[in-house]
Amino acid sequence: MSADAAPTELPQHPETFSKKDFTSDQEVRWCPGCGDYAILATLQKLLADLGRNPSETVFVSGIGCSSRFPYYMDTYGIHSIHGRAPAIATGLASARPDLDVWVITGDGDALSIGGNHLIHALRRNVDITILLFNNEIYGLTKGQYSPTSPMGSIHKSTPMGSIDRPLSPVSLALGAEATFVARTVDTDRKHLTEVLTAAHAHRGASLVEIYQNCVVFNDDFYHEIMDRDTKVINQIPLVIGEPITFGPDGEKAVVADDDGSLRIVPTAEAGDRIVVHDPSRTEPTTAFALSRLSHNPTGPTPLGIFRQVERPVYDDLINAQVEEAVASRGRGSLEELLSAGSTWDVA
Amino acid sequence: MQADHPDHDPSTVPDHDGGTPSPSTRPTSNVRLHGAVIRFAGDSGDGMQLTGGRFTSESAVVGNDLSTLPDFPAEIRAPAGTLAGVSSFQVHFSDQDIHTPGDEPDVLVAMNPAALAKHLGAVASGGTLIINADAFTRRNLGKAGYDTNPLEDDSLHDFRVHEVPITDLTLRALADDVSEGLLNKKEAERAKNMFALGLVSWMFSRPIEPTVEWLETKFANAPAIANANVRVLHAGHAYGETTEAFVYTYEVPAAPLRAGRYRQITGNQALAYGLVAASVQSGLDIFYGSYPITPASDILHELSRLKHFGVRTFQAEDEIAAIGSALGASFGGHLAVTGTSGPGVALKGEALGLALATELPLVLINVQRGGPSTGLPTKTEQSDLLQAMFGRNGEAPLPVLAAQSPSDAFYAAFEAARIALVHRTPVILLSDGFLATSSEPWLLPDPSTLPDIDVAFTTEPNTPEGFVPLLRDPETLARPWALPGTPGLAHRIGGLEKDARTGNISYDADNHQAMTELRHDKVKAVAASLPPLEVDDPDATDDGPGADLLVIGWGSTYGPIRGGVDQARERGHRVARVHLRHLNPFPRDLGEILHRYDHVLLPENNTGQLRMLLRAEYLVDVVGHNRVTGQPLRAAEVAGAIDDLLGPRDPVADQRTDPQEVPA
Repeated sequence: MSADAAPTELPQHPETFSKKDFTSDQEVRWCPGCGDYAILATLQKLLADLGRNPSETVFVSGIGCSSRFPYYMDTYGIHSIHGRAPAIATGLASARPDLDVWVITGDGDALSIGGNHLIHALRRNVDITILLFNNEIYGLTKGQYSPTSPMGSIHKSTPMGSIDRPLSPVSLALGAEATFVARTVDTDRKHLTEVLTAAHAHRGASLVEIYQNCVVFNDDFYHEIMDRDTKVINQIPLVIGEPITFGPDGEKAVVADDDGSLRIVPTAEAGDRIVVHDPSRTEPTTAFALSRLSHNPTGPTPLGIFRQVERPVYDDLINAQVEEAVASRGRGSLEELLSAGSTWDVA
Repeated sequence: MQADHPDHDPSTVPDHDGGTPSPSTRPTSNVRLHGAVIRFAGDSGDGMQLTGGRFTSESAVVGNDLSTLPDFPAEIRAPAGTLAGVSSFQVHFSDQDIHTPGDEPDVLVAMNPAALAKHLGAVASGGTLIINADAFTRRNLGKAGYDTNPLEDDSLHDFRVHEVPITDLTLRALADDVSEGLLNKKEAERAKNMFALGLVSWMFSRPIEPTVEWLETKFANAPAIANANVRVLHAGHAYGETTEAFVYTYEVPAAPLRAGRYRQITGNQALAYGLVAASVQSGLDIFYGSYPITPASDILHELSRLKHFGVRTFQAEDEIAAIGSALGASFGGHLAVTGTSGPGVALKGEALGLALATELPLVLINVQRGGPSTGLPTKTEQSDLLQAMFGRNGEAPLPVLAAQSPSDAFYAAFEAARIALVHRTPVILLSDGFLATSSEPWLLPDPSTLPDIDVAFTTEPNTPEGFVPLLRDPETLARPWALPGTPGLAHRIGGLEKDARTGNISYDADNHQAMTELRHDKVKAVAASLPPLEVDDPDATDDGPGADLLVIGWGSTYGPIRGGVDQARERGHRVARVHLRHLNPFPRDLGEILHRYDHVLLPENNTGQLRMLLRAEYLVDVVGHNRVTGQPLRAAEVAGAIDDLLGPRDPVADQRTDPQEVPA
């Protein structure tokens, strides 16, 4: 692939594709009731609705239940090794900025074994869309606690309770200065579609944490935010340009504290201190404070886009240097390269 | 030093046949030599690598054949004056074709006591020592472990010692600069390596003009520094000319090298250029994913300056991301390369397995260093061969090849890329710390003679039913390479076992057996594209081998083995020699060649790794000569190992000397 052959804008195709065109012939082998099904179906439909071309779409995954995802998409795909999908996707997106590159990962894959690659892909702002399926459990290895499991979680490897403090994927991504960070839930198809649409439209690295139910090993871990009678209390919808309030009749509000953190107060007491949601703030500070309102979906939990800012994209930068070098020096000649510097002739 | 008349000791015979009048101001005798070995040694901060490099360039201008051996500590600045902080640069130059940086220095330049203490043992008896006497202070002597000053206690009586107050003379040459405030004293003192260079350049009749030009270019933005260095260089040269201490100068005429244009090249540079050549000949841009590691980082530096060839370099967050990103780029259709050293290969093992399971082209360069673990970062070793062969989980065969000399690394890199691209497989290319930094003259190839590398991307469905990613080429067993973006060929690849036919996930028992065998067969299929081995056996006839012993080697032992074999032949031994580029698969004629000889000797910079493979593969009683000191093997020890196997030779009974070769 020569630099000049690779368009940086995704080409628009006159032909259209349906959800079926994004669906491979492979039998889906997740457990019945797994949250992954809903995400798969949503994404297959979304890509068709967005007019994407399966031949120009690549799904890269690591290891774990969610990482089987590429096999079920009739696109190009790599089911790679544990934790390394962001690194592989970085190489692919840098070499081929014309492609639409997605990373499918889970809480163990992205945050434990692959934590390093995740933060570096985010800080470089590679043009990839990372979907992190968070079910707070290792499913494929049958039920060990994960880096997002709450302290005290009792699972196969923690019979007396987990003593590891969990990571917040959203906080981590914001700490790495990711340019697009959002959180959504597998079964809320409308919200999932909205967030994925925005993530896909974003130029640069997007991280979407998707709370995803594991029916076998961690069923309904998110019931506080998803059960009919509790979700209205615990979902904090992030609406751009709106003051952040939630609960029945918006009775709770998010306000800024003196130390820069955010806190939840009764709206009636908030006065004019309610934080207006603006994911385009240059500094990730407020978004980070927002992400600290919850650690696990066991109480009030913000859902939506935390941060969405424009920053130079790695794929553009790496290819621009090549183009600049070719423009200023001319396309390299092997003969000139070999005989550059001091040479001498032997008769 | 090899004088024209080896019987003549230049120190006792002042008049030499073939000598030319010296241009000096007094009647210094000029001795014509075949070659010499000089080692510059000093503190890490003394600029010995630069001094050696410049002397090498001056020798190249004269037309000598060359080989160099830089040797430096892993620490950037070890404590000054200590043994640990000594840095050295050895250069061997000759009027003949040479293959090694030389076993023993004829001249040692020691800039301080630690440099003398560390390197004196290597100097040939009767060798010349040029010593910076100013550095032999009580404090420095103590740091070097000397109880008494070797300049005063007669312990150097076996050598020709030139005590030169190099620091003092340097400061005097720059006294005006310092008093005028152009330089401070520390900056002035730092120029003392140029004094040593000037002096040794005079001694060996090297032109210093190229160094003057080089200094003026390098310090174009700091003319005071450039002037100071040039002045001190001249001062060193003049010192040799005017003092009575140096009775002889030496001249090493041009070597009868093949006609053509030459340049100096290090192994790391040659690797980078070889990759670029493969990029040009295949039409694929390079993606080089790498994490900084000694002694491989220079490949990254070199390639990062070649972006106008379409090269993308990616300094990854770790070794795993380095290979991971390259693999992603390979999937996207680039010439994917990752470079590292042994510890990095250990980290890349899982991704290498993925590369071979997905059958994506990838070149992994391992510039080997002493191990295990962090080991000896700046020292050479050949101890990662078995890691290359077997260092992955499961049955994970892949092609392995090795470079044998600095300039040969160009062709080795090209060949590694060819195999990777044509056979759709990861390939491991082994270099080592010696080749990485060592340099030699390189007869530049005509780029138009390089073969094309046909990657033949798949652009159409390969069956009426659609695209099948594992439908193989019957010859190479390579699978089709269809790039993302190609309409209608969307497919998935991964690390799970695949159905041999469809490429879908398969846990079927017989299928796994078949796929395991196929992965072995696919590597074996590479052998069909390899030329027959070139066996150097001067006495061979149509009836059979002429030699009693075959010396086989791989990688950077090429030079020491050639030198050692030449020495053995001069002693009358009948010795054949063959050197392997391809270590997996082995060339098809290797077994037959090994069985042809009564004895097979295999010198290696490890404890016998290739020996283990050859014995296992061919049931041949290969004898090893093995040393792991972090230094390249010496030609003399290879010759000694031949003596050990064949016994001392009666030189009269079988007088065969090879005048082409100077014993290295």
